[in-house]
Amino acid sequence: MTRPVWEEKPTVAGQAGKGTLLTLVTAAVIIPLWTVVVTSLSSRATIDKAGGLVFIPRGFDFSAYQSIFATDRVTRALWVSVMITAGGTLLSITLTTMAAYGLSRPGSLAHRPLLFLFLLTFLFGPGIIPSYLLVTGVGLKDNLLALILPTAVNAFNLVVLRAFFMNLPGELIDSARIDGASEWRILWQIVIPLSKAVIAVVALFYAVGYWNSFFNAILYLSDPSDHPIQLVLRSYILQGQAPPGVSLPGTNVPPPTLAIKMAVVVVTVIPALLVYPFVQKHFTKAVLTGAIKG
Amino acid sequence: MTSESTKVAGTVAARPRPRPMPAMRSRWRARWRRDLPLVLMTVPAAGFLLLFHYLPTLGNFLAFKDYNPFLGDSAIEAMFLSDWIGFGNFQLLFEDPLFWSAVRNTLGITAFQLVFFFPVPIALALLLNSILSQRLRGLVQGIIYLPHFFSWVLVVTFFLMMLGGDGLFAHTLRDVGLRMPNVMSNPDTFIYLVTSEAVWKDVGWGTIIFLAALSSIDFSLYEAAAADGAGRWRRLWHITLPGIRPVIVLLLILRLGDALSVGFEQFFLQRDAVGAGAAEVLDTYVYWQGIATQNYGIGAAAGLFKGVVGLLLILAANRVAQRFGEQGVYSR
Repeated sequence: MTRPVWEEKPTVAGQAGKGTLLTLVTAAVIIPLWTVVVTSLSSRATIDKAGGLVFIPRGFDFSAYQSIFATDRVTRALWVSVMITAGGTLLSITLTTMAAYGLSRPGSLAHRPLLFLFLLTFLFGPGIIPSYLLVTGVGLKDNLLALILPTAVNAFNLVVLRAFFMNLPGELIDSARIDGASEWRILWQIVIPLSKAVIAVVALFYAVGYWNSFFNAILYLSDPSDHPIQLVLRSYILQGQAPPGVSLPGTNVPPPTLAIKMAVVVVTVIPALLVYPFVQKHFTKAVLTGAIKG
Repeated sequence: MTSESTKVAGTVAARPRPRPMPAMRSRWRARWRRDLPLVLMTVPAAGFLLLFHYLPTLGNFLAFKDYNPFLGDSAIEAMFLSDWIGFGNFQLLFEDPLFWSAVRNTLGITAFQLVFFFPVPIALALLLNSILSQRLRGLVQGIIYLPHFFSWVLVVTFFLMMLGGDGLFAHTLRDVGLRMPNVMSNPDTFIYLVTSEAVWKDVGWGTIIFLAALSSIDFSLYEAAAADGAGRWRRLWHITLPGIRPVIVLLLILRLGDALSVGFEQFFLQRDAVGAGAAEVLDTYVYWQGIATQNYGIGAAAGLFKGVVGLLLILAANRVAQRFGEQGVYSR
């Protein structure tokens, strides 16, 4: 975009002010991430010299990562988190896509009451205590499904997908129907292939929710060996529990505790960083359709 | 709607029926056969909501019972077998000073964030909108959206690493002979801390909706105003801000309707560090009363209180917005 002719030339002070603000805003995100990654890769000497967190890297030392993957606690927690995220996302996106398509044609059978059922969830939540008693009452206590089933369907995500499906070219779907394709086939062979990007964004929203699930894990999982990574991170960093310090073969000193802690932070952040770039350009669309229709 | 009704009418017309009654019935049957797959696709998701949203909502009758977890074989059976005690739980709740302290904290934080959090994404969106280079803008957006995807455990961890007593800033300040004030466990400054955390996590994400509103403003308005001699600040005041006013009002309503929710995990995680006096909000109160100390009845009463007041707030906020000529969240 170029500056329109009628717009004033920017003042030097204005440009400098904007630049400073933008630098500050982005630095506020980058500096913490950078420090954590650098510290997790630092050797004991580097950490001792810095007196704590390391900002300027001096060489790479992977012993903190080797250490956390040599022990049970973190690998187990990561495995639990991966399973919940993969299984939960698959279930959620299947249920949500189906329902969003089922509700994408106003005027169809029972369309209004069904849609209301979903939209009404925006107005009130069931409350912590009744939900807790229901989930424990149906026997999901100490079951990893307790982290998946109660949050499997999110009405906001449904509204996002439904709005997108409603904007697909109607002629395409009508002609398929005239050719005798069933609704299932239309969904699978026409609607889903046309909506891959939005479905990916909604799947990311779900996946992030499952990966970050913390409170439900506190409520329903009493056995520490079931704990997902967020709970383990909390116990190491916020509750001051000592992380496992395994001396690696060939040395007799475990890697520095701080580096190990930071390595746990990094493995908790990484999944978000990995998927993020692929779907980032589609965010705006998904968020907006949801915001407008919701 | 129209295309479908004509289509239905078309199929009926193709096979004319002598009497009206069977025609009606066959039309219903045709509609049933045509739409049944759509209903079947919706039913599983609806079932999940019925089970995990609506059923627990009905379970709020627990607030009027003296819940005894040892009755029956399961938590659900115990809910039905416990004795009705009318408003007994509410009486205990309203006599509890800790409850009122939690209500005060919640409303205080909401009010504070309405002033110091709500406008920040608007300002940032205006700033981003003024960047002409699309690439720079995309880069900045990519960076500032990121914290939205971090869990609260991570957000609090990052703040501890930066601002904690052993954090990066404390070290840097110590090197130049200064001391870092205690911010991570000071109840007096807790409200600033939680607001900074919330801003850090969600300010970028919050700009998305305002940026879209900004880009939908008719560009010729600016041109005409500039031709009439309006400077950049006057254009901001007379075109830009009125242009995004509906979105601002909408989000303000949503925030007011949600005044009793300030988040759970953020406060739960930091309650140990700063103490319940500052960090107890309604949701954490429900958790500690109801589940941690097993006063389920009182916890449910507090939760129901929050739900009902929250619903009334959102209805009221919507009514006010419509009276002022805005669209509101929903309309009939």
